[in-house]
Amino acid sequence: MTVQWTRKDLVGLQDLSAGEIELVLDTAKSLQEISLRPIKKVPTLRGRTVANLFFEPSTRTRISFELAEKRLSADTIHVAGSTSSTVKGETLIDTIRNIESLKVDMMVVRHSASGAPHRLARMSDVSVINAGDGINEHPTQALLDMFTIREKKGKLAGLKIAFVGDILHSRVARSNMWGLTRLGAKVIVCGPKTLLPPKVEAFGVEVTTDLKEAIQDADVINLLRIQSERQAQSYFPSIREYANSYQINSEVLKHAKPGLLIMHPGPVNRGIELSSDVMDGPYSVILDQVTNGLAVRMAVLYLLSGVRAKVEKE
Amino acid sequence: MDLLIKEVHVIDPKNKVDSVLDVSIRKGKIAELKKGLEANGSAIIQGKALHLLPGLIDLHVHFREPGFEQKETIVSGAHAALKGGVTAVVTMPNTNPPCDHQSVIDNIIRKAREVPLHIFPSGTISKERAGKELSEMADLKRAGIWAVSDDGNWVEDSLLMRRAMDYAAMLDLLVITHAEDHRLRASGVMNEGLMSTKLGLHGMPNACEDIAVLRDVELARLTGARLHVAHLSTKGALEIVRRAKKEGLAVTCEVTPHHFSLTDELLVHYDTNFKMHPPLRTEEDRAALIEGFRDGTVDAIATDHAPHTEEEKMQEFQDAPPGVIGLETSLAVSLTELYHKKVISLGELVKKMSWRPAEILKLPAGFGEIKVGKSASLALVDLNHEWVVQKEGFISKSKNSCFIGKKLKGRVLATVCDSKLWKWEK
Repeated sequence: MTVQWTRKDLVGLQDLSAGEIELVLDTAKSLQEISLRPIKKVPTLRGRTVANLFFEPSTRTRISFELAEKRLSADTIHVAGSTSSTVKGETLIDTIRNIESLKVDMMVVRHSASGAPHRLARMSDVSVINAGDGINEHPTQALLDMFTIREKKGKLAGLKIAFVGDILHSRVARSNMWGLTRLGAKVIVCGPKTLLPPKVEAFGVEVTTDLKEAIQDADVINLLRIQSERQAQSYFPSIREYANSYQINSEVLKHAKPGLLIMHPGPVNRGIELSSDVMDGPYSVILDQVTNGLAVRMAVLYLLSGVRAKVEKE
Repeated sequence: MDLLIKEVHVIDPKNKVDSVLDVSIRKGKIAELKKGLEANGSAIIQGKALHLLPGLIDLHVHFREPGFEQKETIVSGAHAALKGGVTAVVTMPNTNPPCDHQSVIDNIIRKAREVPLHIFPSGTISKERAGKELSEMADLKRAGIWAVSDDGNWVEDSLLMRRAMDYAAMLDLLVITHAEDHRLRASGVMNEGLMSTKLGLHGMPNACEDIAVLRDVELARLTGARLHVAHLSTKGALEIVRRAKKEGLAVTCEVTPHHFSLTDELLVHYDTNFKMHPPLRTEEDRAALIEGFRDGTVDAIATDHAPHTEEEKMQEFQDAPPGVIGLETSLAVSLTELYHKKVISLGELVKKMSWRPAEILKLPAGFGEIKVGKSASLALVDLNHEWVVQKEGFISKSKNSCFIGKKLKGRVLATVCDSKLWKWEK
């Protein structure tokens, strides 16, 4: 039985079934070649309006969504955190109601508060795409990570996929844990104990503080950005010690499995979580992730617009 | 107002009354309490199949006045209390200005005289609730406070708390602790555990509360002060209180209806009406609290009635202020979860909502009992009336209840307080 997309929103991978995730990935696959054409544009979303609401700074996610929308011929508007009314004391809900009144079809929302897109999705008829909420989820990033792995490995089930770094504050890790475990991958998360979320094993993942154990026989290592301000919050004693314990470099990859993939959602702190030689080396698929992000976001926009069109017809 | 309540089942655990009687109220006092009384000109209320309880006493409410009248006032809070069968409350001192000076207490008491509810204000432990210097507790007591607390701000400085408890012991003032280690809480907005990890929200561990309760219990041992643990929510803190009681320390505790009936699994939609401090905990903690009711470790049920406006609660989960209202639902939730589910008897439940709070506060005779010759504070209750909590039904100025949509069994039909009768629509 083929899976149909019936959701108005994409707020997270927590609720998605394996079939729904595969549908997004398959759709992305079919849209991938649009970006390879000399004229990189299809009329799929012509006449549709997408509002990109970034209440938290973002470069790569924002431009990826923007380009995905343009390639599908959508009209777009942009609201960035500093220029929005939320700093003037207006509630997020009121800001959204204003934008709704402009008759937009979809909203891409990034917000520093976990759960913000979820609440908007429940109160609004507009389709909401979560572009990252607090430390909770970043579903399109996880989907593009899964897409990239599937492209390179041909499958996800049974692969050993390690996440290394600040798992606690990582919405990328959370979305990936939901999605990858649903598709049958073997996930292991690794970092200093202070940066592992409580009871994270309940996601159905393995947990370790030992980098060697995490990366042994790994098919994929997905690195998470380490932020220097965590040192001031006593999550670890120093960036130097962190790098000594958790940096991925050619030394620790000496016994790497052939065909290992090194991934990173970016931006990378070269020389901290990842050494330059590995980042620029043969294992790295970091730039493929960026390219694939476009197709994945086009797929999400396309699938959600289909649900909207159906609702409008009825 | 003279009133005769006919054939009502009177529950007064303090005086061991548990039978169907007629209750005559004259000039605001209980005149007679026996079978077969004549009206003699009194208005008659038929009490058949209903229960009459002593007016409930809530040890922990926020009436927000002065300073936050947009959330609640002494008048609106008093009406919400009466609707819940509550006839006496202890108001928390986190007003603006805070209750750290007798002039603020004078003002509250003057306003309280104008409402038909018994209001027992608490004062702060420290000036401006800042945890640096003691507030003028003796003057505050002369002005009319019954307890001291820095409420949401746990006194971190153990030396200051020791001095405060010595001083309060001298004045025989109850010390109420909102036990929460703020440094350990950090940016936590909900209980730390599986749910906080699933929802991507920062959690605060049980240890925040356990550590704070343990320190305060040890200071109670050192100083001899009467310590009351507000809104206790963890298994560990309950165990600490249990042990303290065994050792004979003057330590008591209250639990809120939301903590003994709800858990953090309800946060799945990031609904800010489930955000409060302490947070909703896990089923393991909730079950421990229920056990605390069974074995008597829990002294009292208090609401921590904490009104916040719609616009404040509209904010994102991490930004919305913590707290929920509770006065209009506390008896109904307690009946539903503790009495109808056979955790404790009706007499025990009534004790925890009236007699025991009166004892903890050292209120004069007449509070928490139904006694001839004493002022009449009463709640007339239908134990079996089923209803669904609706936002529109609240008369509190704020509607931030975590019980909206919940089906409850038991309802207050009328309240008598301060010579007035309030009948409530079903």
